[in-house]
Amino acid sequence: MDLNYSADELAFRDEVRSFLDKNLSSALSEKVRLGKRLSKADLEEWHATLNRRGWLAVNWPVEHGGTGWNAVYRHIFEEELCLAHAPRTIPFGLSMLAPVLLKFGSKAQQDHFLPRILDGTDWWCQGYSEPQAGSDLASLKTRAVRDGDQYVVNGQKTWTTLGQHADWIFCLVRTDPAAKAQEGISFLLIDMKTPGVTVRPITLIDGGQEVNEVFFEDVRVPVGNLVGEENKGWTYAKYLLTHERTNIAGVGFSTAALAHLKDICGKQTSGGKSLLANPYFAGRVAQIEIDLMAMATTNLRMIAKAAAGQAPGAESSMLKIKGTEIRQAINDLTRRAVGRYAMPFVSEALDSGANAQGVGPEYAAAASPSYFNNRKLSIFGGSNEIQRNIISKAILGL
Amino acid sequence: MDFNHSDERRMLQETLHRYLSDNYGVEQRAASVAHSQGYSEKVWGDFAELGVIGALFEEADGGFGGSGFDIAVVFEELGRFACVEPLMASGVMAGRLLSALGSDEQKALIGDVIAGQLKVVPALEEPQSRYDLDAVETTAEQVDGGYRLNGTKSVVMGGPSADKLIVSARCADGLMLFVLDANANGVERYSYPNLDGYHASDVALVNVEVRSTAVLGASEAVLPALEAARAAGVTALCAEAVGAMEAAKDLTAEYLRVRTQFGRALGKFQALQHRMSTVLIEIEQARSALINVAGHLSAEPFLRDKHVSAAKNLIGRVAQLVCEESIQLHGGIGMTEEYALGHHAKRLMMIDHQLGDVDYHLERFVGVMQSEAAQERA
Ligand SMILES: Cc1cc2nc3c(=O)[nH]c(=O)nc-3n(C[C@H](O)[C@H](O)[C@H](O)COP(=O)(O)OP(=O)(O)OC[C@H]3O[C@@H](n4cnc5c(N)ncnc54)[C@H](O)[C@@H]3O)c2cc1C
Repeated sequence: MDLNYSADELAFRDEVRSFLDKNLSSALSEKVRLGKRLSKADLEEWHATLNRRGWLAVNWPVEHGGTGWNAVYRHIFEEELCLAHAPRTIPFGLSMLAPVLLKFGSKAQQDHFLPRILDGTDWWCQGYSEPQAGSDLASLKTRAVRDGDQYVVNGQKTWTTLGQHADWIFCLVRTDPAAKAQEGISFLLIDMKTPGVTVRPITLIDGGQEVNEVFFEDVRVPVGNLVGEENKGWTYAKYLLTHERTNIAGVGFSTAALAHLKDICGKQTSGGKSLLANPYFAGRVAQIEIDLMAMATTNLRMIAKAAAGQAPGAESSMLKIKGTEIRQAINDLTRRAVGRYAMPFVSEALDSGANAQGVGPEYAAAASPSYFNNRKLSIFGGSNEIQRNIISKAILGL
Repeated sequence: MDFNHSDERRMLQETLHRYLSDNYGVEQRAASVAHSQGYSEKVWGDFAELGVIGALFEEADGGFGGSGFDIAVVFEELGRFACVEPLMASGVMAGRLLSALGSDEQKALIGDVIAGQLKVVPALEEPQSRYDLDAVETTAEQVDGGYRLNGTKSVVMGGPSADKLIVSARCADGLMLFVLDANANGVERYSYPNLDGYHASDVALVNVEVRSTAVLGASEAVLPALEAARAAGVTALCAEAVGAMEAAKDLTAEYLRVRTQFGRALGKFQALQHRMSTVLIEIEQARSALINVAGHLSAEPFLRDKHVSAAKNLIGRVAQLVCEESIQLHGGIGMTEEYALGHHAKRLMMIDHQLGDVDYHLERFVGVMQSEAAQERA
């Protein structure tokens, strides 16, 4: 048993830190720290910065422009980025589509799409969920019918994160309606500019527009955009979901959010004293820190396993549940910490680069919106109820 | 023992319920939220006509109610319909202060409030005061024939539509209250919507000159009157929360009945049934806490405030449970602004930030407990 990083790992961490020191502008990190909405330009700028250093595709092999890092290195990198309040990278192309293309895509697909993900030419979004197919994804109905060398796609996707910015969408579509639910699904890449694709934004309760409905009406897609074999899409999607689950604990996010919370506590007063001097509030913060310390170690235990080549199994469900509960609890405390300034909502003041005047201390503006926005953490990526079902079945054998 | 409302109160509740069902749908609510002062003149006039405002005042003040249970039935209905009209700001706390402390001239304002022609809004809390009503840094300096006020009041609920403000300030003699025109020289309002659709203002008082007749009550009477007004305000908020909880629970239970995944209604999954059962149990607890506080609104201050803190603490905790569970059990749809659930969920959380949150009232309740223990020892 050794709880420490090796000398190499520590040296790598220092390298990451000095990179962030030089390359992450304080304007950008302040936006992240204060919970402002990032524009597409903000995100593109950060992707480009990482790409210049060769650190954008942390989970790709070196020959395709990735870092080739093992799980421990990836963990160190992700944690340092969070602690420095760097924007998160957009996972759809980098860590959801790319692993599928690398494993199941044709050489032509890899050569065409992967470089364009790296250099920012193509933005991807994920078209899985449908109005009637959420947790029960296999019941999806969007149809793709072969017509010569094209598929004709009809149907609707929903909750498509950042679909409004995307150039391409990777979709699960039904190609064989007669087959058993999981067996008639294919994995199809669709250019969002194709005639018949319509995007309608959905406003969430925090006032932000990060998700969309995407409608397909007789959308013609070249058969060359099918990934792997027809009707094997479910296998690929499941493979992709295991990648969605890496870094699922969000320890870095929680650590950064906890630091931000403590900073706020130092500035907020209760009865004339710092909020951290109030035993009721301090007790709540301490409780979360205690939980987080333990979860950080649970997370490292899983990472060490992964680095040793063992595939993450149902354990990732534990990390998903605990990790999201802790993040949501920190958001909850941040909302409490700002007191009555949790109420005002000047939506424009949260937009990147906006000049709108907020109300109260700058750090208060995003407290309640973030609390509500992060209710999503226990809903998406396999809801926490679905994760508990997995644990009951796969680990407990119930 | 009788836990039923009187006939008059039931009629009031039914009248308001019917009015809101017919007139306060999603569109009307959206219009009030989008209104620059956060309310609807039409709805406000109707409230006056239906006697909804009058129900919040005692007969001696020209109203026909004013008890804890009158406040409770009105606000439970408002909560059920996610109503954002500034009734609590204008009708409950300011009304109590005017009634308890006002000169004849000041008390005469109540008639206009009941008639829906005037909105008087308390502006008590400040950027640094958190939830304390006596942590006042606004100053009142005695000048010829009156006072000069300087300071900042923050997140004044109902501020944008206020005609008059009741402002607390500290002078050499102690805490004082003043009634002033919201448009008086030197009163600067910065108004904005809150996350839950209510509207509020930050109010800067810059050398605001008021005459001595603006003073509301003798200094030593101010704090007790503020506590009594807060007790009424907390009763209103607790009732509004219970109404919002019921609405959120109903929407969620109905959704679990109609939404199918994996070939069955979500409501058939036992894991979710148990979660909803817990929600129901806790809402019943919240309702009892509301009855406790409403029933003790006229009790002596020690006992009254014990129930105030008990109710606000318990209801704050249940509000969070109901908010989070109803969003979670809805899945993605529960996170959308278009769907009514979000309005209730947001209101439930924001209520915790008015007149003291869960921790604030827990601390006060501990104080009550400790002094009871000390009395017993003595
Ligand atoms: C902000 C946000 C962003 C998203 N981004 C994307 C995206 O980019 N691309 C994409 O494809 N999808 C995306 N999603 C969709 C997400 O994956 C779904 O919301 C999720 O799968 C849940 O589906 P649902 O919302 O339809 O809820 P439902 O599946 O209807 O579930 C409702 C409730 O029932 C519970 N439940 C369901 N089945 C069971 C069961 N068997 N046992 C016990 N409980 C159960 C759920 O846990 C939940 O609490 C996003 C969602 C959100 C909120």
